[in-house]
Amino acid sequence: MPTTAHTLTDAAASDSTLRRFLHGLPGVDAVGLEARAASLGTRSIKTTAKAYAIDLAISMVDLTTLEGADTPGKVRALGAKAVHPDPTDRTAPATAAVCVYPDMVATAKQAVAGSTVKVASVATAFPAGRAPLSVKLADVREAVAAGADEIDMVIDRGAFLAGQYMKVYDEIVAVKEACGTSARLKVIFETGELSTYDNIRRASWLGMLAGADFIKTSTGKVAVNATPANTLLMLEAVRDFRAQTGIQVGVKPAGGIRTSKDAIKFLVLVNETVGEDWLDNHWFRFGASSLLNDLLMQRQKLATGRYSGPDYVTVD
Amino acid sequence: MSEKSENNRLTVFKTYKLYVGGKFPRSESGRVYEVTDSKGNWLANAPQASRKDARDAVVAARKAFGAWSGATAYNRGQILYRIAEMLEGRRDQFVREVADAEGLSKSKAGAVVDATIDRWVWYAGWTDKIAQVVGGGNPVAGPYFNLSTPEPTGVVAVVAPQDSSFLGLVSVVAPVIATGNTAVVIASEKAPLPALSLGEVLATSDLPGGVVNVLSGRTAEIAPPLAAHQDVNAIDLAGADDVLAKELEIAAADNLKRVLRPQPVDYTETPGIDRMTAFLETKTVWHPTGALGASGSSY
Repeated sequence: MPTTAHTLTDAAASDSTLRRFLHGLPGVDAVGLEARAASLGTRSIKTTAKAYAIDLAISMVDLTTLEGADTPGKVRALGAKAVHPDPTDRTAPATAAVCVYPDMVATAKQAVAGSTVKVASVATAFPAGRAPLSVKLADVREAVAAGADEIDMVIDRGAFLAGQYMKVYDEIVAVKEACGTSARLKVIFETGELSTYDNIRRASWLGMLAGADFIKTSTGKVAVNATPANTLLMLEAVRDFRAQTGIQVGVKPAGGIRTSKDAIKFLVLVNETVGEDWLDNHWFRFGASSLLNDLLMQRQKLATGRYSGPDYVTVD
Repeated sequence: MSEKSENNRLTVFKTYKLYVGGKFPRSESGRVYEVTDSKGNWLANAPQASRKDARDAVVAARKAFGAWSGATAYNRGQILYRIAEMLEGRRDQFVREVADAEGLSKSKAGAVVDATIDRWVWYAGWTDKIAQVVGGGNPVAGPYFNLSTPEPTGVVAVVAPQDSSFLGLVSVVAPVIATGNTAVVIASEKAPLPALSLGEVLATSDLPGGVVNVLSGRTAEIAPPLAAHQDVNAIDLAGADDVLAKELEIAAADNLKRVLRPQPVDYTETPGIDRMTAFLETKTVWHPTGALGASGSSY
């Protein structure tokens, strides 16, 4: 791990220093990482701790709909659900945000008006990221102008895998600038396409150096999405980054998290790796859609003692 | 192989396991309990399912419901008949298990197993006939059809009979699945082995995983969470005693489950269609015949 602030400020000075810095990061012990993630997943969380974890997880959900078939009606329904996840129990907390495509931002904004729920928009030619920079930036500006509170950008995986780190860096910096001061920037690495844990660590540092407010695992559009291991790796990166720079960066696993049990495992990872500072929806999010229903069913089970069923949550 | 070494062979004991979602898991709780024959001799350790196993079984049954209820009645009949075929091939094993479980002689147990196989065939024949018996076209005074068809209720929890561990079990499970429901079955508490072995037969009979899920353990422990489960649509209380049946019926009222109360049944007799109709709902549709022409009909 680089030890001085000096190396960090110089890291992005040029293509070669950035490459030297990223390749100078220590290699990831893949077996150890997976074993650590698996062992933290065996914690048993029960009763009041479970109730707390479920409510916390609900408050961290970025309720997402990213389909070609999204209609304004569906986005409005999603917004209503984000504000009051369980219409039969108003003590259920609101979710953190709704996450939509840029053209749906205005609709989503209306749907959550007056609540704490934020509107996140994917941008930069999501999910492939294969578009000229000017198009990506226009995409971001449109979303911000429409009122998006958060922008989820995808990095150019092609450039990253080709070793053109500076190109990726510059793109993130440009997008961050386009976000202005009003929108927080989440940078999606699409870890399923980065092939190795070393690459995920490099991408994490690259994203944070370029000014990401959040680093996010995946788009949810490829075969491998968020896993406990790659999320643990990214949590370690944000922990080390804060230790060196004092800057706190959020983490958002996305895709493939469907059950309360999974969500609670991620919360254990957060607590054990970066601590309570991140146990807040300002710093940790779940990118998910079906997860919320399972959390609500578990919540109903805890409240009533009866197992709940899909007839008692909304179908979206 | 010499005779001597055959005599020295170590006995291979069978590990009885639950049957949930087409797989054979141990109980999530890791518990087992001792099963004895009618004279108190140890037979095997059976898994002692917990309420979480029951919950998992409901999830599996719910997942299987769409495809099973949507399968053609003809196809369901074929599969039920296939179960009878598979049972026939393992007749000896079931005769032994039933004889042990219920303290019957070999020949009496053989008669019970034969009756059980025939029961599957009986219900296999009913799958594509029940609709004609309890549904049909209703007479109306207007230019439309009015049709009633029976539809499966959904996921049915079945508390299997305690005494008739095999014939009774099949007599309550077959009518549930014949009409397209899926089942979570709690086997007889003191004689669960035939039920657990039946799971192995079901798994090799083209029956989709999750249509029947077999749990063994303490009935009084597993049944209440199933009765209270919001995603279970009906419950058959055949094997519950009076006190438990009352408790379960109260719990089941919460989401308006259909409840089939325990009643004295002689499982050796021809069953009739009551157990099938208990878990059917009638859907009635109005279907216009089309615009009326000048002559009074568009046909």
